[in-house]
Amino acid sequence: MPDSLTTTFGTTPAAAGPAREPFRTTAGGRIDRARPLAFRFDGKTYAGVQGDTLASALLANGVHLVGRSFKYHRPRGIMTAGSDEPNALVTVSRDAARTTPNLRATQVELYDGLAAISQNRFPSLAFDVGAINDRISSLLPAGFYYKTFMWPRGFWDRVYEPLIRSAAGLGRVPTAPDPDRYLQRHAHCDVLVIGAGPAGLAAALAAADAGARVILCDEQAEMGGSLLADRQSTIAGRPASAWVAEALAELAGHERVTLLPRTTAFGYYPHNHLGLVERATDHLAAPSTEVPRERLWQVRAREVVLAAGALERPLTFPENDRPGIMLADAAHTYVARYGVLPGRRAVVAAANDSGYRAALALAEEGVEIAAIADLRRAPSGAWLDAARKAGLPVQTGMTVTGTSGSLRVDGVSLASVEDGGEVGATRDVGCDLLLMAGGWTPSVHLFSQSLGKLRFDEALQAYVPGIAAQPIRAAGGADGEYGLEEALSGGQRAGVEAAAAAGVSGASPRVFVTVSPPADTSSVLGALPHPTASRGRDPSRVRAFVDFQNDSTAKDLKLAVREGFRSVEHAKRYTTTGMATDQGKTSNMPMLGVLSQAQGKTIPEVGFTTFRPPFTPTTFGIFAGAARGELFDPARRTPIHPWAAAHGAVFEDVGLWKRARYFPQRHRNGAAEDMDAAVARECLAVRQGVGIFDATTLGKIEVVGPDAAEFMNRMYINPWAKLGVGRCRYGVMLREDGFVLDDGVVGRIAPDRFHVTTTTGGAASVLNMMEDYLQTEWADLQVWLTSVTEQWAVIAVQGPRARDVLAPLVDGIDLSAGALPHMALAEGRICGVPTRLFRVSFTGELGFEVNVPAGYGRQVWEAIHESGQPYGITPYGTETMHVLRAEKGFIIVGQETDGTATPDDVGLGWAIGKAKPDFVGKRSLTRSGMMDPGRKQLAGLVSADGQTVLEEGAQLVGDARMNVPMSVLGHVTSSYYSAVLGHPIALAMLAGGRSRHGETLYVPMPRGLAGSIAPIAVKVVPPVFYDPEGTRLDV
Amino acid sequence: MSDLVETAELTEAETIGADGVSLEALPPFARFIFRGPEGAAQAVTEAFGISLPREACRARVAADRAALWLGPDEWLLLAPQSDEAAIADEATSRAGALPFSLVDVSHRQVAFRLSGPRAATVLSGGNPLDLDLSAFPVGMCTRTVLAKAEIVLWRTGPDSFHIEVWRSFAPYVRDFLREHMREFGN
Repeated sequence: MPDSLTTTFGTTPAAAGPAREPFRTTAGGRIDRARPLAFRFDGKTYAGVQGDTLASALLANGVHLVGRSFKYHRPRGIMTAGSDEPNALVTVSRDAARTTPNLRATQVELYDGLAAISQNRFPSLAFDVGAINDRISSLLPAGFYYKTFMWPRGFWDRVYEPLIRSAAGLGRVPTAPDPDRYLQRHAHCDVLVIGAGPAGLAAALAAADAGARVILCDEQAEMGGSLLADRQSTIAGRPASAWVAEALAELAGHERVTLLPRTTAFGYYPHNHLGLVERATDHLAAPSTEVPRERLWQVRAREVVLAAGALERPLTFPENDRPGIMLADAAHTYVARYGVLPGRRAVVAAANDSGYRAALALAEEGVEIAAIADLRRAPSGAWLDAARKAGLPVQTGMTVTGTSGSLRVDGVSLASVEDGGEVGATRDVGCDLLLMAGGWTPSVHLFSQSLGKLRFDEALQAYVPGIAAQPIRAAGGADGEYGLEEALSGGQRAGVEAAAAAGVSGASPRVFVTVSPPADTSSVLGALPHPTASRGRDPSRVRAFVDFQNDSTAKDLKLAVREGFRSVEHAKRYTTTGMATDQGKTSNMPMLGVLSQAQGKTIPEVGFTTFRPPFTPTTFGIFAGAARGELFDPARRTPIHPWAAAHGAVFEDVGLWKRARYFPQRHRNGAAEDMDAAVARECLAVRQGVGIFDATTLGKIEVVGPDAAEFMNRMYINPWAKLGVGRCRYGVMLREDGFVLDDGVVGRIAPDRFHVTTTTGGAASVLNMMEDYLQTEWADLQVWLTSVTEQWAVIAVQGPRARDVLAPLVDGIDLSAGALPHMALAEGRICGVPTRLFRVSFTGELGFEVNVPAGYGRQVWEAIHESGQPYGITPYGTETMHVLRAEKGFIIVGQETDGTATPDDVGLGWAIGKAKPDFVGKRSLTRSGMMDPGRKQLAGLVSADGQTVLEEGAQLVGDARMNVPMSVLGHVTSSYYSAVLGHPIALAMLAGGRSRHGETLYVPMPRGLAGSIAPIAVKVVPPVFYDPEGTRLDV
Repeated sequence: MSDLVETAELTEAETIGADGVSLEALPPFARFIFRGPEGAAQAVTEAFGISLPREACRARVAADRAALWLGPDEWLLLAPQSDEAAIADEATSRAGALPFSLVDVSHRQVAFRLSGPRAATVLSGGNPLDLDLSAFPVGMCTRTVLAKAEIVLWRTGPDSFHIEVWRSFAPYVRDFLREHMREFGN
């Protein structure tokens, strides 16, 4: 936790009698004044009420300054009342681990004791040393990084990158692990409605009436959208808010409707698959740990209705970013919904009636309206009349040329615009609140994400959904239908159509009789008119912000155009406009406006940029969901695992399996053996007595049917037709390209039944490949596959005394060498349970692999272990198994092979059934490159000094004195100390390896000073180190 | 058959309960994977006593046995553990020379029952299928996933699911479901 957080989130109780909120109205709104809450912001305690957002509560206390901007550290305030907020980013923290930076204060629901701090300032919000950037802003133009951090080259890594990294980003990432829980849920519906304003409610009602399965989600705590702040309109003779309550009650009563408040549709993916995040507990003072903090809903919707509304546009004029400058609709929302006055004396800059609505609502609550500066030349209509009637000072044909104030706006410069476009003399008006009504931008983010084409609507001066690429339709503000009646009827139409498209029809259309004052919704785009340098300030020196979060200005965009960034996508990236965490919600259209002006093109000619997920920032937690800790991956354990754990085994991960790697014994002094000592002991025990090994994880496939042998002939390189019942064979399988894919011992249980084993890691892919060939190539073969990996526990008993250990336990099986020779199998019973008993050896010793039904594995293991006590039976793990097989030169697929080894490369050419007409990979083996004698071949290595254990992966060279880069002959694939031989051994893949026996090569290893190399001399030997004649097998 | 007692990864026959949903580990079954063409399917029908469902993703139950369609030539047969040997013998004798594959997988997998009005909701935490009764009716079964584990999911009642899972994945399935039952107060 950063120091600044520690002091701020101290333990002092928050409810220490904060002062009454001076900017709270006395009545009205959707807050609960009877439920006061206390919260802290930057360490100071304030009062709020239930139903507040952090933003509305701060405003109720007169706090506008809530953050510093990213690049210039300019003081910033609350500009919006929703998810489009670019400025008011705060860190909310419950404790050191539960700390979330960059939350929009406008979306943070207030709870008692909430603690938040501002960001991007030091030492304090009011006095921030980073604000020096603002003074030197002329040195930080668009593309500053690209222009500045270029030379010298050596500075890139050590100077520039750390510098940029420390400056980049807002807020601080908590360092403690996230203790909260996150879950996911899949959901399916006929119609997903995004947004629960008038259009969304009407759509959901219509779809639900039709009998569709409906999910209605809304990012806000309370559903209703704009209706929650609408004091003027009536629907069906009821006040808007009452209609909302009735509509929600009706929807809640539908069995097939799911209402998801506090749920943001953040991502739109192919096949109408959408990601929604539900914030389940962030609004609670003391959330239960049993409820997940957030839930990712993965919704598969037949049809989507996008009713996400429209966002108000800010205006582009100099110093439009000071605290106290906000969107007119936001100010209206704060007054009407939250009972909060965002100021005492307001100036309204309006391109449409939204400014009038806000001005009237504020005036009604006693706010002085210093001026309504209407950008329109000749406005008319009911709102203008009402303003005039209320005595509000309206001026038309105006522009804003600048603002003043340091931590809060305290004045605005207004000027009139003449018919010819000439800007008249400016007049300064004092105020503590400046509202911007620049027009509306339909919230088309998700439509754009769905790859639908946007269409520029000249009348609206906005992009609206055009041709859909997926089953989605927009309604209401998102479709440019700004009026209430339009939104309701558009929503209803979309709901009916969506339900019908989903195959559900039968809705009886409703008629919504609405009374709502008509409003002009026209808009302006681009920088507002500004006087020439001779009449006022030099326009090239003032900064009108376009992207408030990334601090990009109209000037930056114009510079980008001058420097040749013509494409909107290039200009966007060069200036980073629209690339902040707010995804350009407030900046996208103003950017297009400025680019249009700068390039002398129309907006459609400028084009538009692509919106990408997420709609609002999303936690990593929801993507992880439950996949953390124990549930990160399934941990597969064999039935023998508990025994191994109880006997001190050290486990390793092999795929998802936990396998016993070795069994360290305790010395008399209590210390445990290290791995080398344990492995050496286990190896010698197997070579000299008997060992027991859990081989349960081996993949097993039962291949059954009259064509089983033919199928095996085609899948494996080996011949199978003549393998007798009760006999086993080591099988090798290739991919079509001729490279080794997998290997394992195969036993013939019956003429039409094979028991196939695969590597542990290859089990699933081998079965898939076999099934694939059967279904697509050889549908004529009568043979069927069943995975029996988990049916059988496999206990390997290996060593000269193996037979003695098993003999007393088996029933109906003759273990003698004559009856059960090497590579034979028998069915019978062991310890009274059925077994498939294989005489096979991966160690070079007399060996058996006992298959028993998995449920009996543990007890048969224990019985064998008991039976082996007179012979000192020793449990061994995978590490010992590796050493023992390496001593015999047996390969491990994936260790000696790397997907580029042919059977001949790894010394398995003998296994190929030469007489077979075909097998998978056969043709590839005849390519000339596959038969090149210079290919890497399996070879053995011994260190010349008889002591050094080579590093696996180390390279082999012929001449130790070569300069880097050396020409490499091969690499070490396996390397161990062999206890039975008393020296290290290694296997390698070496160019022409079989013809190099006796040669001395070198393994160059980095040693000592950086860059210096110490070669290790090795001798090339045949890969079978121990008992090359195999006499120990046939006993 | 043997003195040894079968052990399972899920040692205790535990039941995890929550409001509206409970998870129960079921006792062992005899299980077979039958694979083969139509003629053999008929023979196995007679041997097993249940007409193997030919409709995709459907299970059929008779008395204490069930047959679950897993693929065009693949069925999972479930029966009381004591019937294990008899089923194999009967099928083999009835089929005569007909080609088919019958493999004992009694120990390969274990079963859970997840039941209660919230059972489908809990499953939806890790299963992407539409579990609405209209899309996944009673009697439907399919091989599918629960998060990172493969399962066979069979709806045995409007609010009841039978889950088959390979034994080494069973603890994961149990713990995953339990994690998703927590918010309902187990």
